[in-house]
Amino acid sequence: MLKQVTVDDIQPIAIGAGILGTGGGGNPYLGSLHLRSVLEEYGPQPVLDPRQVPDDACLVVCGNIGAPTVSIEKIPQGREMAEAIVQLQNHVGRKFDAVVIAEIGGANSMQPLIAGRQLGIPTVDADGMGRAFPEIQMSAFVFEGDISAAPYALVDVAHRFALVPQAATEKWGERVARNIAISMGARGAMAGYVMNGVQMRSTAIKYTLSLARQLGRAVLSSQGDDVPAVVADRLQGKTIFRGKINDVNRRIVRGFARGNLTCVAFDGKDELKIAFQNEYLIAWLNGEVVATVPDLICIVTAETGEPVSTEMLRYGTRVVVIAVPAPAELCTKAALAAVGPPAFGYDVPWRPLPGGRIGLPVTDRRDGQCT
Amino acid sequence: MRIGIDVGGTNTDAVLMDGHNVLGSVKTPTTANVTDGITDALGTLLRDSELAVDSVDGVMIGTTHFTNAVVERRHLTRTACIRLGLPATACLPPMVDWPRDLSEAVGGVMFMAHGGHEFDGREISPFDPGEVRNIAAQIRDEGIDVVAISSVFSPVNSQFEEDTAAIVREVIPDATITLSSSIGRIGLLERENAAIMNGCLQQLAHQTINGFRSALQEMKITAPFYISQNDGTLMAADFAAAYPVLTFASGPTNSMRGAAFLSGLRDAIVVDVGGTTTDIGVLRHGFPRVAALAVEIGGVRTNFRMPDTISIGLGGGSLIQGDPLQVGPRSVGYELTTRAQVFGGEELTATDIVVAAGHEDIGDASRVSGLDAGLVAKVEDRIENIVNVAVDRMKTSAAEVPVIVVGGGSILVRRKIVGASEMVRPDHFPVANAIGAAIAQVGGECDQIFSLAEMTRDEALAKARAEATSRATAAGADPASVEIVEVEEVPLAYLPGNATRIMVKAVGDLQEGE
Repeated sequence: MLKQVTVDDIQPIAIGAGILGTGGGGNPYLGSLHLRSVLEEYGPQPVLDPRQVPDDACLVVCGNIGAPTVSIEKIPQGREMAEAIVQLQNHVGRKFDAVVIAEIGGANSMQPLIAGRQLGIPTVDADGMGRAFPEIQMSAFVFEGDISAAPYALVDVAHRFALVPQAATEKWGERVARNIAISMGARGAMAGYVMNGVQMRSTAIKYTLSLARQLGRAVLSSQGDDVPAVVADRLQGKTIFRGKINDVNRRIVRGFARGNLTCVAFDGKDELKIAFQNEYLIAWLNGEVVATVPDLICIVTAETGEPVSTEMLRYGTRVVVIAVPAPAELCTKAALAAVGPPAFGYDVPWRPLPGGRIGLPVTDRRDGQCT
Repeated sequence: MRIGIDVGGTNTDAVLMDGHNVLGSVKTPTTANVTDGITDALGTLLRDSELAVDSVDGVMIGTTHFTNAVVERRHLTRTACIRLGLPATACLPPMVDWPRDLSEAVGGVMFMAHGGHEFDGREISPFDPGEVRNIAAQIRDEGIDVVAISSVFSPVNSQFEEDTAAIVREVIPDATITLSSSIGRIGLLERENAAIMNGCLQQLAHQTINGFRSALQEMKITAPFYISQNDGTLMAADFAAAYPVLTFASGPTNSMRGAAFLSGLRDAIVVDVGGTTTDIGVLRHGFPRVAALAVEIGGVRTNFRMPDTISIGLGGGSLIQGDPLQVGPRSVGYELTTRAQVFGGEELTATDIVVAAGHEDIGDASRVSGLDAGLVAKVEDRIENIVNVAVDRMKTSAAEVPVIVVGGGSILVRRKIVGASEMVRPDHFPVANAIGAAIAQVGGECDQIFSLAEMTRDEALAKARAEATSRATAAGADPASVEIVEVEEVPLAYLPGNATRIMVKAVGDLQEGE
């Protein structure tokens, strides 16, 4: 397991997190440059094994909220997340012992490492999504443990903060946070989900930071081989398609980039269609459903195995599509109500992928069977 | 009449065109000072065609000179960078991800100041003239007079970049200034990288463009001349001297545009075989398909729209080994005419095989008449296989598509490519690149974020189209010929309010007879 994150771990984590982003979550590239400069200045960031976090530890969850397209232009001042954590700390009146990752998929993999290093507290090797999701409340902290995002704090590039002590529902809390982020210029650093060690252990998806690093290392070390096959193998997933992007159709629905993507096999025989809403959600092979959210639908380039995000989709890109069984925490009844296909407006039931759940050799999560 | 010139690393090619007719073409070696190569090429071209120089309306030049300077870290000028956006962006200063040898070659003097805009046009923080004046004085004291200026969301509002430039000019009257908003699109680091690379190339660009100019003067050609840029359009020579970075990757674009012109095909795969490598790209509506991923030049990340090509190590100079059989990627390159066996050399090259097989009569065929026929057949099979695999990688559907084969080394590709509906090796195929330069149009682009809460999508599109069109006209396009060739919309994810990024490209024919 990961004991600390060093400069050498950054690139593998960024690649792995990009793949786990399932098309969304933003590109970790800028965050990884920032993390590099922080680690070069302060040294490696310690990482806690979630099993070894004390029961009464006071934990905070953090991640950015906003539009990835804005973040490639308006780069952070650098301490937003640390400032948000401090604001929240002042509100709850207790110092946080460690940072938990809100979302391992995409750009949000980097912030909890950066802020933890700046504040001198470790990062827990666990997150609330095990992938990327478009909304804050689509989190195992909510559907596995009824933990509330509020009180939460947001900080922007100009050090301006907002604090929300309470929200009527988690969905309302998401909506309020998103509107604050828009006022902040479409990007805010957010800290919330204050919890203790017991709550974290019973809800979080564990060892996902280790998984991202392991995945990225595999991609880097297998260049020149069949990298996508290595990715599928590491995630205990299955390659469901190899082909070229043939058509991309986007539209805006309630502020989210929704669309469909069609891939055609290299031999022209098969066609794969994928519906996306920031993330890839449902895949149909020749008209038949083959993968559904919350299972992970990952698209990587055929040559290098690097992640292809929904914003990068372009006609003609040669890709491999990999379907990965979601972690068990995302497959409970409560979880499926929050992040199953109907939660995204699709009239398709979750169709579990055969095989095991995402896993590392050492985990304490429950058995792979889902309800 | 137009003259198209391609100044490559190995050869300088020139073509003379009257409307759609190619009147003459010539291939000469590129010289260390590019001027002599161009003078040679033009001299031969004009002599052969017996043309009066005053009938030349324009000269279009494509060159890889500036890309090579960055890749080889040669002839770069010290350049300072000022970025406006504080307190935002402080965690990643300019040139943060440049290879060290390149940032040292460029000088690495950079500053951050307050300013910048939000995506919706609000100011991140107010512009502070005193702060910028202070920075400009420090740059002057460093003895630097080349300055790149970037500001957050300057593609949406470039005012702060322009204000900064005005102050820098007051403090450093001779300053050469590049604004990021005049070069790149959204993506601060990538756009800023392009602006800095542009700054460090400007001195070389002035020398090179002056070299081009004196070559033309020496030939008594008084017509205006243009330089081709990476999207297949032209810029006036003076503009190119100010924006050399825009020539990056113009080579593959020119050869693909030339192939489209010569073959009359607008949707096809282009196989361009040179002396050392083969570039394969895809034409859509007569223009190269652009790459989806960020493209690095000399190790620096950029967001230029580059043609999506793959390059394989196969060319006329590719070295052949018999056992085990190997074709390329090592090549004799520009030494083909001395080192290949048909030219009296010792090396067995792909060109020797084509001659031995009796397909072409190049050099002295008797020198390869003793080659083992089995080996010749095996090498031909291997070349066929290499090309088939590479073309298949670029295809976007299983349907058969036309394949256009161009370039001096394209004599290697004899057999029908698998999946090709037809194989076209047009007339003048060895100089497709120079023809691509000669026929290039001029263009303009708009890349902005629009809030569809304030206007309808149609209004936003109309605004973007109008902006791109007026930029094309400003670049010298005949207004009557301008058409929109590309529209791309990317909704900003995770945001209500329907903010959307719209990119529009307009191109038109160069207005002639000024």
